[in-house]
Amino acid sequence: MRLTQGTFSFLPDLDDSEISAQVQYCLDHGWPVSIEHTDDPHPRNVYWEMWGTPMFDLRDPAGVLAELAACRKTFPGRYIKIIGYDRAYHRQTTALSFLVQRPSHEPGFRLERQESDDRRVRYTLHSYASEKPHGSRYGESNGSAPRG
Amino acid sequence: MAKIGDRAARARWSPGVTPYAEMGYYNPDYVPRDSDVLCAFRLVPQDGVDAVEAAAAVAGESSTATWTVVWTDRLTTFERYQAKCYHVESVPGTDQHIAYIAYDLDLFEEGSIANLTSSIIGNVFGFKALKSLRLEDMRIPPHYAKTFQGPAHGIVMEREYLNKFGRPLLGATVKPKLGLSARNYGRVVYEALRGGLDFTKDDENINSQPFMRWRDRFLYCMEAVNRGVAESGEIKGHYLNVTAGTMEDMYERAEFAKELGSVIVMIDLTIGYTAIQSMAKWARRNGVILHLHRAGHGTYTRQKTHGVSFRVIAKWMRLAGVDHIHAGTVVGKLEGDPNAVRGYYRTLRENLVSADPTLGLYFDQDWASLPGTMPVASGGIHAAQMPQLLHHLGEDVILQFGGGTIGHPDGIAAGATANRVAVEAVIQARNEGKDYLAEGPEILDRAARWSPALRKAIDLWKDVTFDFTSTDVPDAVAVPVPV
Repeated sequence: MRLTQGTFSFLPDLDDSEISAQVQYCLDHGWPVSIEHTDDPHPRNVYWEMWGTPMFDLRDPAGVLAELAACRKTFPGRYIKIIGYDRAYHRQTTALSFLVQRPSHEPGFRLERQESDDRRVRYTLHSYASEKPHGSRYGESNGSAPRG
Repeated sequence: MAKIGDRAARARWSPGVTPYAEMGYYNPDYVPRDSDVLCAFRLVPQDGVDAVEAAAAVAGESSTATWTVVWTDRLTTFERYQAKCYHVESVPGTDQHIAYIAYDLDLFEEGSIANLTSSIIGNVFGFKALKSLRLEDMRIPPHYAKTFQGPAHGIVMEREYLNKFGRPLLGATVKPKLGLSARNYGRVVYEALRGGLDFTKDDENINSQPFMRWRDRFLYCMEAVNRGVAESGEIKGHYLNVTAGTMEDMYERAEFAKELGSVIVMIDLTIGYTAIQSMAKWARRNGVILHLHRAGHGTYTRQKTHGVSFRVIAKWMRLAGVDHIHAGTVVGKLEGDPNAVRGYYRTLRENLVSADPTLGLYFDQDWASLPGTMPVASGGIHAAQMPQLLHHLGEDVILQFGGGTIGHPDGIAAGATANRVAVEAVIQARNEGKDYLAEGPEILDRAARWSPALRKAIDLWKDVTFDFTSTDVPDAVAVPVPV
């Protein structure tokens, strides 16, 4: 399957110059950019791991791309996303969020049905990747990634 | 010898019929208080009726007055309770006038749309001295806005909950709207969601009919929704319409939807203001997004000289607490002048809305941090219109393609994919700084080279437009200033 979270998942994967253009759009709006990664793509996994703090004072997309390259190098098999954050009053939320790396193999999700009374079904989504422990999914050998 | 003041006072209170304007309902010197509710009415007086007197009559009949003088007024601080028409202006080239009327905050019960509307539109619209009357706009002061719950979640919370940012959300109404069995109905939901839509939707008149009872629909739709979520890894939903004949029935249906894990339920405007407020409280209490279909509004919003403008309905519904409301498409099959629709969208989404006659906005509106309501564009729109839709409606909107999804030659999922590819391609181009409106066809064409679903959608629908004259356009037109 192809995970379609994020703003551009129905397009072909963005190359670095396209990523840079989206980062520039964020910076032009005064939105600090941050990078997050995960090996647990469950749609209700809100808290992906942060690659450092949001780059509040960064003005050049090249800086974001350098951080992205470092994140990719450390976690070649994980989902990585770039986030633009708008702190404006009445927003104070994410403005743009798109995937910039996905594992080469995406096994997807199993839908588990717990049958209940009166034809009711309780649905649970199970990520095949999360059958393995955190840090050993998507071909990563172990959990030895630096924790800083 | 009596003083002049005494004589005037005696005349004011002598039994019989006194012009409203002379009873205090017209006061051109009145300076509205910050806490007043303000209204702009468009009125057409009967032949021979003075516009100021007609405007004063509207103020009177929507506040304290009756047709004749009553001495019991003098038991009250009536000056305070009288609504005051403080300005009347004629609309050039017509027999219409705009009357501005101020109402003291004490006239309204806290947090009650029913009470607000019983006052403002309760009696006056049938008034014989007027040929027609239309409530164009209202200024709801923060003092009053703060007595309402407002949207159960609002735009920001909805996006965070759904984990969807930076683009319009996409939906589709299941068609045919009547007649499908629950099992077949759920098939449409599943195909549309797995194809790439964020939401599917019951139509306004899908409640619980002989061909499909509500409980069966809910069960099949939730199977479809959860399958769509599993295949995409995205949170998706189906607006389960809980509209019913009684509040008890609606609560029962909403509780069942929640129990099944639905992120959203839906109601129709036809259930009434109080029922809407009750459902908004239920929605916040239970963490379920509340969608409102504006069923029936066209009966009183569409005609320029009589009724209630949709921008007023939009304000009432934001106060009442709905998270979504249908607010026009500009380019689709239903009524909606571009500038008027832009005004509705601002009214729903922004925190501070400035008066702008070109958009039909008569007053500044400070929402005092009441969350925004997500506008929904639905009715006769398709993927080839994506650049125009983004241009007119912006990013915080739900674009609903019913026929434009289900009517795709390669099936419902392909129709959904075409819409999703189109919206992402246009957003990408916009963010890259391209003139996505002028270059729209090329942008879509480039995406269609690798997306056969989009290719077919464009080829089928690209020439479909609904180009009719609007019946309701703002009086003021923006005149380009030469540079």
